Amino acid sequence: MLDISEIQTIEHDVLVVGAGGAGLSAAIECSSQGLSTGLICKSLLGKAHTVMAEGGVAAALGNVDNRDHWKVHFRDTMRGGKFLNVWRMAELHAKHAPDRVRELEEWGAVFDRTKQGLINQRNFGGHRYPRLAHVGDRTGLEIIRTLQDHGIHQGIEVYMECTGLDLLKDGDRISGMVAMWRETGQFIIFKAGAVIFATGGGGKAWKITSNSWEYTGDGHAMAYEAGAELMDMEFTQFHPTGMVWPPSVRGILVTEGVRGEGGILINSEGHRFMFENIPERFASETADTEEEAARWLAGDKDARRPPELLTRDVVARAIRKEVKAGRGSPHGGAFLDIASQRKAEDIKKKLPSMYHQFKVLAELDITTDPMEVGPTLHYMMGGIRVDADSQMSQVPGLFACGECSGGMHGANRLGGNSLSDLLVFGKLAGVGAAKYIRGISSPVGIVDEEAKVIIRAATEILNRESGENPYLLHEDLEENMQSNVGIVRSAELLLEGITKLESLKKSYKEVKANGASQYNPGWHEALALRNLMITAESVARSALMREESRGAHTRVDFPEEQDEWLQSNVVIHKGKDGNMVVRKTDRQQPNSELERIASLSIDELEKEVNGEG
Amino acid sequence: MALRTFKLFRGDASGGELLNYQIEVDKGMVVLDAIHRIQTEQANDLAVRWNCKAGKCGSCSMEINGKPKLACMTRMNEYESNETISVRPIKTFPVIKDLTADVSWNFEQNKRIIPFKPDPSQKDERGNYRMYQEDVDRIQEFRKCIECYLCQNVCHVLRDHDQKDNFVGPRFMIRLAGLDMHPLDKEDRIPAVKEDFGLGMCNITRCCTDVCPEHIQITDNGIIPMKERVVDRFYDPVIWLWKKVFGNSD
Repeated sequence: MLDISEIQTIEHDVLVVGAGGAGLSAAIECSSQGLSTGLICKSLLGKAHTVMAEGGVAAALGNVDNRDHWKVHFRDTMRGGKFLNVWRMAELHAKHAPDRVRELEEWGAVFDRTKQGLINQRNFGGHRYPRLAHVGDRTGLEIIRTLQDHGIHQGIEVYMECTGLDLLKDGDRISGMVAMWRETGQFIIFKAGAVIFATGGGGKAWKITSNSWEYTGDGHAMAYEAGAELMDMEFTQFHPTGMVWPPSVRGILVTEGVRGEGGILINSEGHRFMFENIPERFASETADTEEEAARWLAGDKDARRPPELLTRDVVARAIRKEVKAGRGSPHGGAFLDIASQRKAEDIKKKLPSMYHQFKVLAELDITTDPMEVGPTLHYMMGGIRVDADSQMSQVPGLFACGECSGGMHGANRLGGNSLSDLLVFGKLAGVGAAKYIRGISSPVGIVDEEAKVIIRAATEILNRESGENPYLLHEDLEENMQSNVGIVRSAELLLEGITKLESLKKSYKEVKANGASQYNPGWHEALALRNLMITAESVARSALMREESRGAHTRVDFPEEQDEWLQSNVVIHKGKDGNMVVRKTDRQQPNSELERIASLSIDELEKEVNGEG
Repeated sequence: MALRTFKLFRGDASGGELLNYQIEVDKGMVVLDAIHRIQTEQANDLAVRWNCKAGKCGSCSMEINGKPKLACMTRMNEYESNETISVRPIKTFPVIKDLTADVSWNFEQNKRIIPFKPDPSQKDERGNYRMYQEDVDRIQEFRKCIECYLCQNVCHVLRDHDQKDNFVGPRFMIRLAGLDMHPLDKEDRIPAVKEDFGLGMCNITRCCTDVCPEHIQITDNGIIPMKERVVDRFYDPVIWLWKKVFGNSD
């Protein structure tokens, strides 16, 4: 018989789940507020997805172009998100990002410098000015290492290679979580009044993705199971430039920094096709000739930005269109050419890891030859629905920040706004959790029976006599999401996808992991698969409900943006019968000041903020 | 497609052996892809660490045909088409299971290093510090480190002499060098570098530099300058020269 008193139990005020930029920021904040803080991560510390972020962190520091201002960053973010962003989150993000970047410098980060010795900033898609603080093309590494090296001296208890299984509740409120040590396969109970999820996304449900094995929607699914809501799940970002060849690296990210540094997109006929793909909303701010684009690259502040720097949703669809029309590259992508735009030594200096990545993995020299690129599932805009100021979900004591939370990025995220999101909302989640913990009137308790149910479900996968291979089941899921819930969707495809998901869920009930519980990736894969399926289903069902095309969500059967849909979010929760409930909810109206800023023309806004000094 | 033979270490701290696997390998595959295929088709419980699959996270360090490498950046076409590929976990740290090693010692060493400490009075009125690119180029080189611990794995002091109590290893020497050369840092770590972290134990064989997947000049740009700083501090060159010329007789 399972005796809970024999299971290792550790108590903290707050448990942070996930040790990327958001989790580390949240844990540092909790600890600095005097809370006993635990931090669990599935990998070793410093290996989380943040390490793979390349281009930079967006913040209106104004170091390169002093016309920049939080209001312009806010306006860019809302326009990039097709105005579906939670207004208050976009406001907080734009206002706080510069201080968070400076704080990193205070903690030891070494960003690239301007000639004046300030943090250098580069251009990126959808950002009006050079705004991304960066370190070559390894900005994420710099950020995670800085947070890690700072964080380990803040009294945080770090539990590495530890996987969360499910949340525990004491009545309505959070009381902890059951987790598993990957190394030994033993279970552990964390007792905590607040849990902060910083678990990232669920891109591993797709076949072509820039995401690693860790991205299985754990936070989304555990929050859903605990009664929280998921919001905007239909908005999944396909990054326009992933590697397409060789097959084994298909999907690996090619930073938007390549285009930020001047890279151009051409089709198999040698034609620079982005000029024909400029949406009306961005037409007045985008160059319409190669000549103007070249002037912009040379530093002419009066020239408008090249169309390659349009938002990711636009560029991804344009590449797909070229491939569909038979004008793709040999392996089904487009050519991304930096060699003709920049000197070899500049490319190696500004994009060293891209140079290395292509040299080793594709045997291609990007300083002489164009890269082949195509869309890759990169990011989930949707996530756990939280209060914009405290980051708390509907479940008291459950907080979420970073990619696993929803609302900040609306229908499409701008490049560079993720690293800043992690820093800003990681910290705010820490502040929110500290406030909540101080307000708790009675200590939380663990219900033994709840913990037992979680542990039994996990061990059953090992104990089954025989059953489905979890790796192959995962491959089926990837195929289904790639073909039915991909970059271009329709009711017909989505319904087919949902039907297939239902049958995969049935197969999952028979999943079997071979071997013992000690460091067993097959078992880990099977456990993660539950979360991935919940996340995938929430994307498919939300995508079916939203009958319009907006940002990253494209429906061939509803090809236009619909004003009526701008008033609504699609929200998911677990119904009483255990089935997924999808509903349309009214959005909160913005305050009039924010609405005014977002709707100003860029000229009016520039005049306004420069007048302010 | 070609049928290839692999020998993978299977076992744990109590022992183990190289087991044979045969799989089809496609064009363009790296060793990690092949290991994943074996895991999917033949050995579901094969323990292996990986994350980014693009040489950015430093998770998949292992010894491939005796050479310490990142499996995600080692292409199959580096080997002869009939060559058997043997893979073992990195040797300097205790094996957990199969291809994974217990590298927690490294995380303990990092904690011993006094963190970065700037002088806030150097900030301008807008809260900005000033540092010039030419002054940070050399520390940015060290900060490319992805903590794959391949340098720790090949360091003779750690690997052959097991002096983990006396030497923190090349990874943390360049971390210390990066802090010491940081234009804003105010902390003095030179005495600790000499006494606590064992800089003198490095005998500059450059094995660490040879295996670094980020091509960091660990020895020449990190360790040797640190040795010079220690010498400057503790071994006054005038006295040294006096002794060299006139002998130790005072």
